[in-house]
Amino acid sequence: MAVPTLAAPPAAVRRRRRRSFRGWQFVGPFMIVFALVFLAPIAYSIYLSLFRNRLIGGNAFVGLDNYTQALTDPNFWSGVGRVGLFLVVQVPIMLFLALLVALSIDSGRLYGKSFFRVSIFLPYAVPAVVAALIWGFMYGSQFGLVGSLNDFFNVTLPDPLKPSLILASIGNITTWEFTGYNMLIFYSALQVIPKSLYESAEIDGASQFRIITAIKLPAIRGALVIATIFSIIGSFQLFNEPAILRGLAPNSITTFFTPNFYAYSLTFSGQQFNYAAAVAVVMAVITMIVAYVVQLRGNREF
Amino acid sequence: MLKSIKMAAIASAAVVALAACGGGGGDNSSSTTGSAASGPTVSDADVQAALTKGGTLNIWAWEPTLKQATAAFEKQYPNVHVNLVNAGTGDKQYTALQNAVAAGKGVPDIAQIEYYALPQFAIGKALDNLTGFGAANLKADFTPGPWNSVQNGGGIYGLPMDSGPMALYYNKTIFDKYKLPVPTTWDQYLDDAKKLHAADPKAYITNDTGDAGFVTSMMWQAGGKPYTVDGTNVGINFADPNSAKFTALWQQLITQKLVAPITSWTDQWFQGMSNGSIATLATGAWMPANFVTSAPSGSGQWRAAPLPQWTAGGTASAENGGSSLALMAKGANKALAYGYLKYVNDGDGVQVRIDNGAFPATTKQINDPAFLNTEFKYFGGQKANEIFSKSAADVLPGWTYLPTQVQSNSIFNDTAGKAYVSGTSLADGLKAWQDQSLKYASDQGFTTK
Amino acid sequence: MTTTLSHRSEDLTDVPAPATKKRRRGSILLTVLTALVSLYALVPLAYLVINSTKTQQGLFTSFGLWFDDGGHFALWDNLRETFTYQDGIFLRWLGNTALYTVLGAGGATFFAVLAGYGLAKFDFPGKRGVFAIVIGAVAVPPTALAVPTFLMFSKMGLTNTPWAVIIPSLVAPFGLYLMWTFSAQAIPTEMLEAARMDGASEMRTFFRISVPLLAPGIVTTLLFTMVATMNNYFLPLIMLKNPDWYPLTVGLNAWNAQAATAGGQAVFNLVITASLITIILLLAAFLLLQRYWQSGLAAGSVKE
Repeated sequence: MAVPTLAAPPAAVRRRRRRSFRGWQFVGPFMIVFALVFLAPIAYSIYLSLFRNRLIGGNAFVGLDNYTQALTDPNFWSGVGRVGLFLVVQVPIMLFLALLVALSIDSGRLYGKSFFRVSIFLPYAVPAVVAALIWGFMYGSQFGLVGSLNDFFNVTLPDPLKPSLILASIGNITTWEFTGYNMLIFYSALQVIPKSLYESAEIDGASQFRIITAIKLPAIRGALVIATIFSIIGSFQLFNEPAILRGLAPNSITTFFTPNFYAYSLTFSGQQFNYAAAVAVVMAVITMIVAYVVQLRGNREF
Repeated sequence: MLKSIKMAAIASAAVVALAACGGGGGDNSSSTTGSAASGPTVSDADVQAALTKGGTLNIWAWEPTLKQATAAFEKQYPNVHVNLVNAGTGDKQYTALQNAVAAGKGVPDIAQIEYYALPQFAIGKALDNLTGFGAANLKADFTPGPWNSVQNGGGIYGLPMDSGPMALYYNKTIFDKYKLPVPTTWDQYLDDAKKLHAADPKAYITNDTGDAGFVTSMMWQAGGKPYTVDGTNVGINFADPNSAKFTALWQQLITQKLVAPITSWTDQWFQGMSNGSIATLATGAWMPANFVTSAPSGSGQWRAAPLPQWTAGGTASAENGGSSLALMAKGANKALAYGYLKYVNDGDGVQVRIDNGAFPATTKQINDPAFLNTEFKYFGGQKANEIFSKSAADVLPGWTYLPTQVQSNSIFNDTAGKAYVSGTSLADGLKAWQDQSLKYASDQGFTTK
Repeated sequence: MTTTLSHRSEDLTDVPAPATKKRRRGSILLTVLTALVSLYALVPLAYLVINSTKTQQGLFTSFGLWFDDGGHFALWDNLRETFTYQDGIFLRWLGNTALYTVLGAGGATFFAVLAGYGLAKFDFPGKRGVFAIVIGAVAVPPTALAVPTFLMFSKMGLTNTPWAVIIPSLVAPFGLYLMWTFSAQAIPTEMLEAARMDGASEMRTFFRISVPLLAPGIVTTLLFTMVATMNNYFLPLIMLKNPDWYPLTVGLNAWNAQAATAGGQAVFNLVITASLITIILLLAAFLLLQRYWQSGLAAGSVKE
């Protein structure tokens, strides 16, 4: 391995070592908390998903009924379709933008790179309630920014909150929030590449573009794959942004807008947490399959 | 199962606590531990004894004036300590309540529950029936709308805390400017809407992007009774002739784009009320306090008027919003809790809450000359309570909400909401709302028709 | 002069490969393009800064992206009111958030560093399954886990205590991944073997040799976990019923929601000012961590 890769770990850790349980003293503490915080509630959810609790008639074991209902629920599938579309369009745009910024900050050819690094990361730190206020203003077609632009230029911009544009408007907010986050992941991966590597390439006369494609990108392939996987999970779990915008555009964002929002609505407005658990389990399986396929492809080729 | 054992244990614990609070002599044990519906029996003497003896009460409520009323309560009964917690507004709090009930731990003694959500909790046996506390004797103390709202299947499941008899708030400056008559009928309202928007394309008669509470209140005022509930039999019919009056009117406003596409309670809504582009609001009598804090620059411009009528010369009104305080079946200190309820909702606490901006549900205060003569600075010195009080008395009787209204309202915009943003007609949208609401009710074990 | 301070410090951290001392020139084109992205990130935040200078009334009568010309410059009033409103509960929320962030993000980073290191540098039974399980679990929509988690925590008596917020924050799957790759990269196995030969215990080796090498990764992980803990809204909302334990996010939401209840007081000016304070504090933390980042990079370069 000439280039130290940040490739997905299983590939990176090639060296054979003695197998022993010693590693568990490091991994154990994490896994104990993980089991408490994730695995136990998941197991409990799966258990709950086998029941149905009704206002009249109480709790009853229903086997896989909730699953058959979920698999044939048009609301659920329309949510899945929506996040699928979102995934295909928004994730590539965001990751590409994040990668460009990370590369340009890493290039050492920027004036004031610390400023850029911080400022682009900053939106990630904005709490959701504030993001709601900010974007509510930005998207306001009556007295908000859009409304003002309309008045000023005497045009009629489409209302960003109307049903046909809402997904794009949400995509914009997500891109705004998470470009900096992904940028930082890529940037820190780039930082690990020994500078000497591409400096010597430079001396050999390689162009910047060539250095990027031949050295930098392969070196951070692992980070790219994992950022993609986490973005996939993030898209499939899209929740905050629709929840925020629903207050402004209740007719554009249905209670089943995304599968995660659907699970939320079922639980919080309808007390159907058994069915919500089944929806969540089905969604998790879908997410895992997609993430697994992406990981396989990502590790095979770039 | 484990859960039911736990429930029984908690129910009996509550009874023990109750007995402990009630002091000696009272016949203060609930009939059976299993059925919360029949509820405990507590006499006035028990309540008085509990208030004197004291204890701690846990209350979940978000109504802002309860803070001052509670302080007054604690002053009067120094042995009582009240933990007043804002556990979220509306369905956030309901979820928290359901969670606590499911977990069997951390259930408050008293919870604020809006009228539209009360049937769900009553049917779900989460609340105490207050009949055993002698609540039925309080009938004359409360205005008819709210009193009717706390009844369910022959039981009384809370005491009304505030009410929202509807009125029409209008921006007088705008009406004067365009020489529009203040509408007394909905036909006139539609007429004003057209004239206003024609005179100033940036101004609208009102804003609306679809609001379940508003739609149901409007049907209520039109004399509609879309919901029928008889035990576990529920029915919905938004096409009944009176409800359809509203649908027809609103369809015209939507089709002719006469309502501002601004959602209530947003930044733009407050701006619209401040800058004169939203000319009227038909909503509950609790609105003035919100005007003052949320649209301060509209002060002096707005006035209140009786709700426009469906037949000229009519007086029909309806309630919009409002909530009750209820005793949680799994809460403790029943006698003490009831004492608190009576104090803040029926006793001295009411005036404290009015002084801090609440609109009461009690006849005594609503008919009180001092109350009626209050001049509202925001409304240019108008004695608006006269209008609200009249409206409270004119609320049409016989309205009922679904026992699944919380879920039903939450899907309003999924279904009927389409009518506000697309070519779907409001009638079709309401039909979809009706179907999906019935489907949910049926999933929950109700018999639907 | 194109050399900025940060360039120089970076050069210092560079591996001394002779003949590469030639400084790279700054590119104006690149800077402008990056500035555009930066503008995209900052314009919405400008809304926050500008509006924190307005009164509640000014918010609704003036244009959002400009100052309230006719109105009163209310920044100082807003700041004072933010800290004193409702008996100064904002400070309490700030303190809670600090507590949750320090314990939650600190703990999460600690566990992630340990586990990431363990995965990268040891071969042990069950290792292959670990990350698969973690990714699989993360794929379950969290909103659906809220109620089960609540019911579990309630049985354990943890609801309505700070632990209900801190314990779930202790798991950072992404941090685990970051530390795994970082450890695989930054710590030469030979170094560990040498330490083992000297008879040092695994833990001692880890803290003495590996942790310094992992510094940049630790800082990055800490940054992510900090932001994640600070923005944690959903779980505290469900777990906590006592406003005294609210973190900022839940508290600010309560302030924000207050306007939408009958008789509630609208305090958007305070919500905005409080958010600005929150973001500024996070910014300060970021800048502080950045120093360690730089020095960490220096330590990391030893591996050559």
